[in-house]
Amino acid sequence: MEWLDPLALARWQFGLTTVYHFLFVPITIGMALSVALFQTAWYRTNKVHYLQLTRFFGNLFLINFAMGVVTGIVQEFQFGMNWSDYSRFVGDIFGAPLAFEGLMAFFFEATFIGLWIFGWDKLPRGLHLATIWLTWVGTVLSAYFILAANAFMQNPVGFEMNAEKGRAELVDIVAVLANPIATNQFPHTILGSIMVAAAIIVSTSAWHLSRNQNIDTMRPALKFGLWALLGSGIMMFISGDSLGLAMVEAQPMKMAAAEALYTTSANASFSVFSIGTPDGSSEIWSVRVPGLLSFLSTHTFTGEVEGINDLQAAYTAAYGPGDYAPLIWVAYWSFRWMIGLGALAAFVAVVGLWMTRGNRNPGKWAWKAATWSWPLPLLAMTVGWIFTEMGRQPWIVFGLLKTEDGVSPGVTGLEVLISLVAFTAIYGVLAVVEAKLFLKAAQKGPAPVEMTKVDGSDEEQPVLVGTVY
Amino acid sequence: MDLAYLWFFIVGFLFIGYFVLDGFDFGVGMSLPFLGKDDTDRRVLINTIGPVWDLNETWVIVAGASLFAAFPEWYATLFSGFYLALLLILLALIVRGVSFEYRHKNPESKWKKWFDGMIIVGSALPALLWGVAFANIVQGVALSENHIYTGGLLPLLNPYALLGGITTLVLFFTHGVVFITLKTEGELKERARKLAIKSGLVTIVVAATFLVWTTIAFGSVLSGAVAVIAALALITAYLLNLRGREGWSFAFMSVTVATAVLSLFLALFPDVMPASNNPAYSLTIENASSSDYTLTVMTWTALIFMPVVLVYQGWTYWVFRKRVTRQSVLAAAH
Ligand code: HDD
Ligand code: HEM
Ligand code: HEM
Repeated sequence: MEWLDPLALARWQFGLTTVYHFLFVPITIGMALSVALFQTAWYRTNKVHYLQLTRFFGNLFLINFAMGVVTGIVQEFQFGMNWSDYSRFVGDIFGAPLAFEGLMAFFFEATFIGLWIFGWDKLPRGLHLATIWLTWVGTVLSAYFILAANAFMQNPVGFEMNAEKGRAELVDIVAVLANPIATNQFPHTILGSIMVAAAIIVSTSAWHLSRNQNIDTMRPALKFGLWALLGSGIMMFISGDSLGLAMVEAQPMKMAAAEALYTTSANASFSVFSIGTPDGSSEIWSVRVPGLLSFLSTHTFTGEVEGINDLQAAYTAAYGPGDYAPLIWVAYWSFRWMIGLGALAAFVAVVGLWMTRGNRNPGKWAWKAATWSWPLPLLAMTVGWIFTEMGRQPWIVFGLLKTEDGVSPGVTGLEVLISLVAFTAIYGVLAVVEAKLFLKAAQKGPAPVEMTKVDGSDEEQPVLVGTVY
Repeated sequence: MDLAYLWFFIVGFLFIGYFVLDGFDFGVGMSLPFLGKDDTDRRVLINTIGPVWDLNETWVIVAGASLFAAFPEWYATLFSGFYLALLLILLALIVRGVSFEYRHKNPESKWKKWFDGMIIVGSALPALLWGVAFANIVQGVALSENHIYTGGLLPLLNPYALLGGITTLVLFFTHGVVFITLKTEGELKERARKLAIKSGLVTIVVAATFLVWTTIAFGSVLSGAVAVIAALALITAYLLNLRGREGWSFAFMSVTVATAVLSLFLALFPDVMPASNNPAYSLTIENASSSDYTLTVMTWTALIFMPVVLVYQGWTYWVFRKRVTRQSVLAAAH
C-alpha cells in the first residue's frame, strides 16, 4: 500500500519529532544563560529585583526544560528504531559524538539542574550560582556534540570506507569534531538560541509593562531582552554568512537550490522575493539584489556560483543516475524565511530600544507588537533546520548513503504509522498543556518579596512569597 | 578486538547503573496508590526523588548512546526489532517525566489526580517492559542472516520473557518502597516498611524462579554464581528491613538489582543477541562491535569522564541526604 510506505512515514516521523524537540532546545539554551546572568547580577549587587527575575524566568525555563528532556530521549532511540541501516552504516563514527554528549553533557546538565532547583536553601549562595552556570555549560556542550554528529551527515570527514563490513569507519576523531560545518553551525545555533530566549523575555516584559504592572522588574528585563536580541541578531548575520561559505564548499547543491539557480553564473543575484511558475523552473517576477548570491557563496561580487543543472550532471557522473536536487521550493523559501524572520526580530529590537530610550514609553500598538515578537526567532530556527535537513536530500549522509537506503528494513509501515500517530497525539496534548502553563506563569509575573529574619541571624533576608518547587 | 569485550561490560555497567537508580524511581512512582494517603503524602513521596530522577534517567540515554557507539549492529537490531515495546517505553518515560515536573504547577486536585495517574502508569510500564526486553535478549530471538529481527511483536510475549517483566516490576517496586523508608520519617515511613515486607516476599519468590530458570536454560557457571549472590542479597535486604535497618536494607536491594542485571549479561556472554533460529546468525561481541580505533577513543573518554560523573553524582546524593518530611513540604507550599 502506497500510504504505508515505511520510508515516507519514517521521514515524517523524524521531521516531526526533531522539529518538536528543537522548539524547546533553543529556549533551554538561551533561557539558562539569561537566568544565570540574572542570578549573577543578584549575587553581585544584592538588588532584590534580580532575585525576582531569576526566579521568574527560572520558572519559565523549568517548564520548558521538562519538555526538552522527554522529547530528547525519543531522539536518542529513533536512529535505531527507524533508521537501523543508517545506524549500521555510520554507527562507528556517529555513535561516538552521541556517547560523548551523554557522558559529558547530559549527565552534567541533568545533575546540576536538580541541584539548582532543589538547592536554594541547601547550598551556599556562590555554589548555588555555580550550578546554573554549569547547567548552561551542559546545554552548550550537548549542542556542540549533536551538531558535530549532524555535521558528519552534511559533510563526512575523518572516515574510511570498510568494504568488507559495508560501513564507514572512524579514522580521525579530531577531524569529526572539528568539522568546519560543526564549528560554523555551533555559534549560529547558540546565537539563534539567545535570540529565541531574548524575544521571549521581550514579549513577557512588554505584556506586563503595557498593563503598567511589575515595572521595577519588567523594565530592566525588557531592556536586557532588547539588547540581547539586537546583539545576537547582528552576530547571527555574521555567523550565517560564514556558515554559508562552509556550506557552499561542502554542498554546492544546497546553495543552488536556495536560490533556485539552474545555470552556473558569475555575478549571481539574490532574489529577495519571487513569483514563479508553479513548478518553480522559471520566474515571472522578482525583486533582486545584484551580486549578492555570488557574495554569499564566494565573498566576491563576481564569483561563479554553480547551478543546479551543472551540479546534477556532475553528480550523475560521480554517483550514477538519479535526482540529486532537493525540493527546490522548500530550500528556496525556508532560506528566505529564516533570514527574513531573523531580520524582523532584529528590527523589533532596534525600534524597541529607540522607543523606550531613557524612561520613555511607547504607544499601545507598539506594546502589542512587542508582545507578539516571541515566535519570530523560534520560527526562524525551525525553518533554518528544515532548510539544512531537506536541502541535504536525497542524501542521508552526503555522497555516501541515500535516505532511502537508511531506513529500517525489518520495520513495517504499520509499525511506523502507529508510532507516528502515537507521538503526534501525545506531543499535541503536551503542547497544549505546556503552552497553558507557560502562559499562566508568564502572566502571573514575578513573586512579591518579603523581608524576614532567617533564624539564627539578625539580618533581614529577602524571601519570595509563594514559590513552590 | 579485546576492547570490544571491555565495552560489553561497560555497557553492562551503564545498564546496571540505570536499573539501580531509575529502578527505585519506578518503585516510588508505583507506590503512590499504596502509600500516598493524601496530597501531602504524595508530594513527599515524589520529592524523595525530585532532585535526582532526571539524572537517574540519563543513565539509559548514556547506555543507549554507548551501545550505538560501541556496538552499532546490536543497537540497530535491538531497537528496530523491539520497535513497539520500545515505543511504549518511550511514551511512558515522556508521560512520567512531564508529570513529575508539572503536577504541582497547578493547585487543582483534578489536575494533580491526572498527573498522579500518569506517574503510576509511566513508572509501571517501563518497569515491566525493560524486564520483558532483557529476558528476550538473553533467550534469543529470530534473526535473519543480515541480523534483522524477523519475529514481530507476539513472539516477544513468551512465558519466560513475561516472567522477566514481572520480576523487574516487583523488584523495582520493593526497591522503591525501601528507598522511601530511607527518605521519609514517621508514620509514612512505617507504612512503607510494612509494605516492603509484603512486596519483599513476593519479590523473593518471583525473582528466585526467574533466576533459576535463566541459569538452567541460558546460564553459565559464572552467571549462576552471580545469580546466587543476587538471591542472597535480596533475602538479606528483606531481613534488614524486618529489623528496621533501612539504610542497609536499601544498600542490599541495590546489590540485588546490580547482581541480577550482571547475571543476565554474563548469561548472554559472548553473544550480545543470540539468534534462536540459527546460532550462526547470532550477534556476538566480535561481529557487532565498532572498529578498534573507535573503541580506543571511546575507552579514553570513558576512563576520564566516568569517574568525574560518579563523583558529582555522588555529591548530589549527599547534598540531598536529608529525609523529606511533611512539614518541609507544607512549609514550602505556604
Ligand atoms: C534565529 C534564527 C536564524 C537566523 C536569523 C539565521 N539563521 Fe541560518 N540557521 C538557523 C537559524 C537562523 C538554524 C536553525 O539554527 C540553522 C540550522 C542548522 C544550523 O546550524 O543552524 C541555520 C542554518 C543555516 C544554513 C545552513 C547550514 C547547512 O546546511 O549546513 C545557512 C547557510 C545559514 N543558516 C545562513 C544564514 C544567513 C546567511 C543568515 C542571515 C543573513 C541566517 N542564516 C540567519
Ligand atoms: C544531530 C542532529 C540531527 C540529525 C542526526 C538528524 C538526522 C536526520 C535524519 C536521519 C533524517 C531522516 C532522513 C530524511 O528524510 O531527511 C532527518 C530528517 C529531518 N530532520 Fe534532521 N537531524 C538532526 C537535527 C535536526 C534538527 C535539530 C531538526 C529541526 C529542528 C531537524 C529536522 C529534520 C527534518 C525537518 C527532517 C525531514 C526531512 C525530510 O523529510 O526530507 N533535524 N534528520
Ligand atoms: C536529532 C538529534 C538529537 C538527539 C539524538 C538529541 C538527544 C537529546 C536527549 C536524549 C536529550 C535529553 C537529555 C536529558 O535527559 O537531560 C536532549 C535534550 C537536549 N538536546 Fe537534544 N537531541 C537532538 C537534537 C538536538 C539538537 C540539534 C540540539 C542543539 C543544537 C540539541 C540540544 C539539546 C539540549 C540543549 C538538550 C537539553 C535541555 C533541553 O532540551 O531542554 N538536541 N537531546
